[in-house]
Amino acid sequence: MITPVTVYVPRDSAARSVGADDVADALVSAAARHGRLIRVVRNGSRGMLWLEPLVEVATPDGRMGYGPIAATDVDGLVAAGLFDGADLPQRLGVVDELPWLAAQNRVTFTRIGITDPLSPDDYLRHGGVVGLVRALQNSPADVVAEVTDSGLRGRGGAGFPAGIKWKTVLDCTDDLKFVCCNADEGDSGTFADRMLMEGDPFLLIEGMTIAAYAVGATEGYIYIRSEYPDAVATTRAAIEIAYGRGWLGDNVLGSPLNFDLHVRVGGGAYICGEETSMLESLEGKRGMVRAKPPIPAIHGLFGKPTVVNNVLTLATVPTVMAHGAQAYQELGVERSRGTQVFQLGGNIKHGGIVETAFGITLGELVDGYGGGTRSGRPVRAVQVGGPLGAYLPRTKFELPMDYEAFAAAGAMVGHGGIVVFDETVDMAAQARFAMEFCAAESCGKCTPCRVGAVRGVEVIDRIAADEHRDENLALLEDLCDVMTEGSLCAMGGLTPMPVRSAITHFPDDFLAGQPIPLHISARTEGQP
Amino acid sequence: MSTALVRDIVATYRGQRGALLPILHAVQEALGYIPPEAIPVLADELNLSRADVHGVVSFYHDFRSAPAGRTTVRICRGEACQAVGAERLVSHVRDACGMSLGETSLDGSLTVEQVFCLGNCALGPAAQVNGRLQGRLDESRLSAILDEAVAQ
Repeated sequence: MITPVTVYVPRDSAARSVGADDVADALVSAAARHGRLIRVVRNGSRGMLWLEPLVEVATPDGRMGYGPIAATDVDGLVAAGLFDGADLPQRLGVVDELPWLAAQNRVTFTRIGITDPLSPDDYLRHGGVVGLVRALQNSPADVVAEVTDSGLRGRGGAGFPAGIKWKTVLDCTDDLKFVCCNADEGDSGTFADRMLMEGDPFLLIEGMTIAAYAVGATEGYIYIRSEYPDAVATTRAAIEIAYGRGWLGDNVLGSPLNFDLHVRVGGGAYICGEETSMLESLEGKRGMVRAKPPIPAIHGLFGKPTVVNNVLTLATVPTVMAHGAQAYQELGVERSRGTQVFQLGGNIKHGGIVETAFGITLGELVDGYGGGTRSGRPVRAVQVGGPLGAYLPRTKFELPMDYEAFAAAGAMVGHGGIVVFDETVDMAAQARFAMEFCAAESCGKCTPCRVGAVRGVEVIDRIAADEHRDENLALLEDLCDVMTEGSLCAMGGLTPMPVRSAITHFPDDFLAGQPIPLHISARTEGQP
Repeated sequence: MSTALVRDIVATYRGQRGALLPILHAVQEALGYIPPEAIPVLADELNLSRADVHGVVSFYHDFRSAPAGRTTVRICRGEACQAVGAERLVSHVRDACGMSLGETSLDGSLTVEQVFCLGNCALGPAAQVNGRLQGRLDESRLSAILDEAVAQ
């Protein structure tokens, strides 16, 4: 009997966006034509997105990578020995040994790109469920203590210690509690949540189940944005499989834990990534921000104690439980412990996922891993932490990725998204866009955010038109103060960060009377 | 619009907590939009005021009050895509089709919208075509997509 050759083609939507499905089809056809027996596995993406579609062939030496591959290349590659790991121009070497990947410290993304995301057997073979089993052998308080000791902070951007949040929920005596996963990853430049849900959904399910056990919750929701249909489909399919395996439902793995998990799809509102807006949306309402206190840990979904964590936070918990708090705590710097999943995007040569311990510098990520710009022009500005994060110039490339170090520099690590711009960027236009985005996406509850953002656009336009420049710059500064101090949540509160950083670091762009090209067309429906 | 259909959808989701969003998604999936006539029906079924339902429908960008074109192209205008030419794609749509973002063509073949981030930030500029993600777009590939939509 002939053993089929295993060939891997990612099913991640980024890989599919550049033709992975066609490549997979072409491989099957070519194999038939050449009389070869193959088994195609649709794995997650390794996160080397400039190499997608990346085809891997299992060989005695390891998984040999070829990429990027176009469907039209496939027949020739197969004829030339692709299924035997032949040395072809597109061959990259054994994927695990590629320096870009080998230098990383993959903790949360350890399985992604390696396994079939919807194979529970693959999940078990690669260390899945170990953390849940260990959690169930301990008391809920011990699990909370382990998470606290690991130093894990929320990966959604705010960086609040996960263990402290969990302890608050555990200490509540209500009979109904919830675990909510905030998978409304709306920040431009961030895609790690999407890749995790598409590439290793059982990990998120396991993390949420551990959280439910630790705090005494019986129901969970994963709130996924509608812009991610593939993540929605994969997560839903994984939940069904998990029920079948006894990883969800009544008496999880034979324990007394009962936990039901649901996927909810958002409605295309950026603000619902804010945790209290997300809770309102889950309750079937407009996604209006709630004032805190009361905090969601005490008065959350439907007024009940609720753990709200980001995808990456929850997906890190199984590892913490499997390997212990100490192992995780040893990674990172200062009060930023463990690893962060950095996402390199925008005008970048080698974009993708870099998971590494905190403390790596911005320059090491952009120039090192990223290889500079895709356009080949010099890097001029880098926006870190999403649309509400600061724009930084090259002079800040020595900054270590560390929540406190970034805050001290007037910036934020956020969710670890890094967007690169080359020298053609107009920073006044980017500042204007930050205000325009806030105007379009404000929930409308707070006046500084709702009205301030509209005024911000007007003031920046006057600056660009050289109308009373100094007075208008002072007015913009004042407006930024009001938004920062007077908004309930980060939407209005942080929009001044990209605006101020653009003025601070790129003042020349605000001096010449140049036109600002960006203009968002009418998108007012639903805005108060 | 079929009132019975809307009532059936509500019945399917009635057991879920805070079910209005899933119900609205299901109505839009079935009918292509949320007909204004559906709002009093939903209000009646869910024991909400019509203003409550309208408030939710109009808050979220996803829900439409009129049908979209047969093909919907959503161009990402997030910062990461802006950094690699998303605005050129927007200009191209304006020049090639004479359409602004948010519009549906008169023949009902095409709707072009903007979206802020599709999570394809390393392979931009990106767009979603009938729910399917497209990466590394340029004007010529976008043209091919638009032409195919109009031809259908």
